[in-house]
Amino acid sequence: MRIEGIVVKVGDHIDTDVIIPGRYLGITDPSELGKHALEGLDPSFPARLKPGVILVAGRNFGCGSSREEAPVALKAAGVRCIVAESFARIFYRNAINVGLPIVECSGIHSYTRDGDRLSVDLSSGVVEAVGRQFRFKPLPDFILRILEDGGLTNYIRKLRGLPT
Amino acid sequence: MKPMNIAEKILAKASGRDYVEPGEIVDAKVDKVMFHDLTGPMTLKVFEEMGGGSVWNPDRIVVIFDHIVPASSITAAENHVKLRKFVKVQGIKWFYDVGRGGICHQVMVEKGHVCPGELIIGADSHTCMYGALGAFATGVGATDMAATLLTGRIWLRVPEAVMVRYTGKMPRYLSGKDLILYTIGEIGADGANYKAVIYSGDVIRGLPMDDRFTMSNMAVEMGAKTGIVEPDDVTLSYLKDRVSECFTILGSDRGAEYSEEYEFDVSDIEPQVACPYRVDNVRPVSEVEGISVDQAFIGSCTNGRLSDLRIAAEVLKGHKVSRDTRLIVIPASQDVYREALREGLIDVLLESGAMICNPTCGPCIGVHLGVLSSGEVCIASINRNFIGRMGSRESKVYLASPATVAASAIEGRITDPRRYLKGIA
Ligand code: SF4
Repeated sequence: MRIEGIVVKVGDHIDTDVIIPGRYLGITDPSELGKHALEGLDPSFPARLKPGVILVAGRNFGCGSSREEAPVALKAAGVRCIVAESFARIFYRNAINVGLPIVECSGIHSYTRDGDRLSVDLSSGVVEAVGRQFRFKPLPDFILRILEDGGLTNYIRKLRGLPT
Repeated sequence: MKPMNIAEKILAKASGRDYVEPGEIVDAKVDKVMFHDLTGPMTLKVFEEMGGGSVWNPDRIVVIFDHIVPASSITAAENHVKLRKFVKVQGIKWFYDVGRGGICHQVMVEKGHVCPGELIIGADSHTCMYGALGAFATGVGATDMAATLLTGRIWLRVPEAVMVRYTGKMPRYLSGKDLILYTIGEIGADGANYKAVIYSGDVIRGLPMDDRFTMSNMAVEMGAKTGIVEPDDVTLSYLKDRVSECFTILGSDRGAEYSEEYEFDVSDIEPQVACPYRVDNVRPVSEVEGISVDQAFIGSCTNGRLSDLRIAAEVLKGHKVSRDTRLIVIPASQDVYREALREGLIDVLLESGAMICNPTCGPCIGVHLGVLSSGEVCIASINRNFIGRMGSRESKVYLASPATVAASAIEGRITDPRRYLKGIA
């Protein structure tokens, strides 16, 4: 799986409360949630997230609450992939489960800038940024399969013999 | 076979294996699952998208209304209706509706839904609290929860373990909250990312359950998957009269390995405060004393238990909440509320000028019962101080123990609680 996109950068310890503030919980429509993605950090953020964005983050991205609305909102806002120095664990699972590819790649944050073009190869474990390659540990096969199916929901539907 | 720690042992048992080691991914059978009124609606939506049908075992599912109770908006009310219907149709055995339970994590432990040695999955990040009873408990999101409701199973990566040992003599003014804030300040907000934290040492052995719950509750604030205290007599006496099922007590083997080990001498630790906007931005109270607060809040799954209300009442007895601030107190559960009434604590709090609200997450999630406006500052006994956590993005939250919050309410600014505690110079 190969993903290309334009970098939007955020810092360290971006928590799920700023990704989608508590007052929007209870909304289940992804596109509605997408309108508020990262609003807690800066109200201008939702406008900066366009289809085809790759979010590049620092350490501990997605820490805090287990709200799955966080990766759902980012995905609906157009984020194609998140590349970070490290992730908080519940967010990591949630992103994969909703079919939002996520890559832990060290050194990427200080190297890239807003607007850079980035390509991510999930199966071989390579991120290509302007003139440089970064290697990361490729995702285990069954996680790649979940991502290829577009998330755990479709994966389970397939297991149950239901149409996807 | 190498020696295993308690986290590995529980995961080995849950996955039907003799031995597991960090980094492995296991397919584990869960003992219980829990979800609440805020993560429930998304869980049910995904459950249907997965093809719906029957849950794997209605006797092992606990549904608790706590985040927005009673409903404060039409959306919340509609979500409650959806969940009630699901509970009924699926025949789910354990359901705590408005007025029946309280904050999910408190209800889980207090009503005997957590046994040592169990694997418990909750659609809430503070599920890690049940580790205080020697269980492996961790939070997941809605999709994981939906899949677990269908299959009774979940994949988990066996975490490395971090050992945190506490030594020295615990001062009377110090609480589990101060210890965990101190620990997070030292280890950092991602210092235990993906790992299992195991709390040990004589200080922990001497700590009552309430304080242990607080410490396990906040393990996720260091990025941990769970925070475990190995069961002992304190655990067993808590479980007596609450748990009727048999359970296996598991403990770490001698020689078990840890990826990191920390040791903290608690003898001279001051009351601790976590400053905005990070839980690991921790200072001794003396460094932040004097900061004015517009609101003080005692409650939440971290510190809304009986001993928290007792210490708050001890501090507030004979004093009034400052005219420059307001104090909101929310008992963590109906049981805590009743017992606090019986002991006369609620009366002391009311007398001081506190507003008592019904058991619910309330202001902790920034949705109702004490939302902050821009520019306001709150000192709270909760577990997170992120931007906008309790309301406006331009508000600020300081985290502290109930004693510190109560003392700060009296003075209208952050205050060292030692001045108001009996028998302390
Ligand atoms: S009290 Fe706060 S931290 Fe605890 S479950 Fe409720 S919202 Fe979450």
